[in-house]
Amino acid sequence: MIRLSYVSNSKVPLEAESIKPDLFIGKSNSEISKLPVFDGNRKCELGQFFSISGTMDDDFILIENDCANVKLIGSKMTRGKIEVLGNVGMHLGAGISGGSIVVRGSATDWVGAEMKGGTIEILGDAGHLIGAAYRGASVGMRGGNIIVHGNCGNEVGSHMRRGLIAIGKNVGDFVGMGMIAGTIITAGSVGIRAGAEMKRGTLVFLTEKPALLPTFRFSCNYDPSFLTIYFNKLKQFNFPLSTVNSPWSRYCGDLISIGLGEILCKA
Amino acid sequence: MISNSEAPSFIFQGVKIIDTFAEAFPITGTRVIVTAVSKEWAFIAANTATGHASSVIGCDTEAGIERELSPEETPDGRPGFSLLFFAFSKDSLQKAIVARVGQSILTCPTTACYNGVAIDPLRSIQIGGMLRFFGDGYQTSKLLDGKRYWRIPVMDGEFVCEDKFGTVKGVAGGNILILGTTQNLALQAASRGVAAARKVPDVILPFPGGVVRSGSKVGSKYKKLKASTNEAYCPTLRAISNSQLDANVSAVYEIVIDGFSREAVEAAMKNALFAACGEGVECISAGNYGGKLGPVHIRLSSLIS
Repeated sequence: MIRLSYVSNSKVPLEAESIKPDLFIGKSNSEISKLPVFDGNRKCELGQFFSISGTMDDDFILIENDCANVKLIGSKMTRGKIEVLGNVGMHLGAGISGGSIVVRGSATDWVGAEMKGGTIEILGDAGHLIGAAYRGASVGMRGGNIIVHGNCGNEVGSHMRRGLIAIGKNVGDFVGMGMIAGTIITAGSVGIRAGAEMKRGTLVFLTEKPALLPTFRFSCNYDPSFLTIYFNKLKQFNFPLSTVNSPWSRYCGDLISIGLGEILCKA
Repeated sequence: MISNSEAPSFIFQGVKIIDTFAEAFPITGTRVIVTAVSKEWAFIAANTATGHASSVIGCDTEAGIERELSPEETPDGRPGFSLLFFAFSKDSLQKAIVARVGQSILTCPTTACYNGVAIDPLRSIQIGGMLRFFGDGYQTSKLLDGKRYWRIPVMDGEFVCEDKFGTVKGVAGGNILILGTTQNLALQAASRGVAAARKVPDVILPFPGGVVRSGSKVGSKYKKLKASTNEAYCPTLRAISNSQLDANVSAVYEIVIDGFSREAVEAAMKNALFAACGEGVECISAGNYGGKLGPVHIRLSSLIS
């Protein structure tokens, strides 16, 4: 395990795209300290902002201290594990295709944006646009899992194509907006316009039915057996499932799109 | 032909054991997990899907129920059964299971169907991915941890079926022959043997109740037939055939075992043999065809030693 301790007091966001096992493996600590980061628009070295100890012998990076100002940690990683003991900044794990990231604090916007695989778990809250497509892109998250134990902001899973997003508490507006496929499960309250323009995919609300768009139409009350497979997966993360109960109400939509998406909530 | 009375033998638990071997053969197999809202409906689906599947001589597959599964053991937390299917090739196995799941499990109320074998991409077969077309465009799928589950809308909700199933190279045709002094005592011995064999994981006994009364030989006097009755073990033909039976044998039952490995088949044969020994059992032998059928030879003496 290699240990990075954030030691900077800079108010300028640090873009640390190089913090990922892919770039650390096979390098000495002095080589790792020379990896590039951007302090604002100024190219710097990782070692100027982090003290580095331990060895990269098991694909595991441990990050200490509050990194709320550090962006792009673990972005595009393909392997290994990153654990952050404090908060993290924007674009955590954006575009990752493998490995896992655990954040013991909170994250902000764009967590797992356009990710393709792997797992991101956040024990605190997260911001807006979790697993979403970047502006101008047509497809968001394409695989993997994002588990947020706390609250999330707006546009979670926007234009996601595949994968699982689970939110332990409340989620903001436009969850699953423009969703192409995939699954979003929320355990708390849901903001307005859930599933707007979704084509396919599944939104599962473990609480009472929120106000849905009029372009979602009730189909039936039933017991979808596939949900148990997802709930068993979430139990691995100690996800709050105490409110899970059948039967479920199924609403099809969004009918202004092709209408093959579904919202499942307690009947 | 040497009759059982003249063949090399030894005594085990008071029963004569012919020193011969069961002639088994390699086969491709898979495990299907079927679940439903209740154990009763899961059993109906399991039993129907494994019907008419006793022997590849005349069926598209050899199949049977391996065991009952508790809700904690199934992917969707409902009662279920694990079924094993065997066929000569991966392609024929896929064809048989698609037909059987499609006609006997998809059609059965509340059921779902899951893979029960680790998937090697080079040896997997597609089941849900073939059945999905029944959804006529309304089917959807879920991909979780590399496994794709198809959801096909049906009149009581939806049928969930895993896309791909793994296969293994197993062994079919393990067997013992129980020669009894009466039909009743021979059947009792066979039933004991079946119950004991079924305790072994990774095996099935594909014949009705696990017991065969129509042991066969390869070929026939009729050219079209691949197999025909084994007259050497038919008591009614003792007087006019090259019989293997002593005069005090009135009935013969065979227990046939298919499994995921030679070790599993051997363990089941051993359990069956040990349990079958008892009152009214004159002799225990095994079916073989002089090595013409299969390369896996399981000697009865090796089971006891």
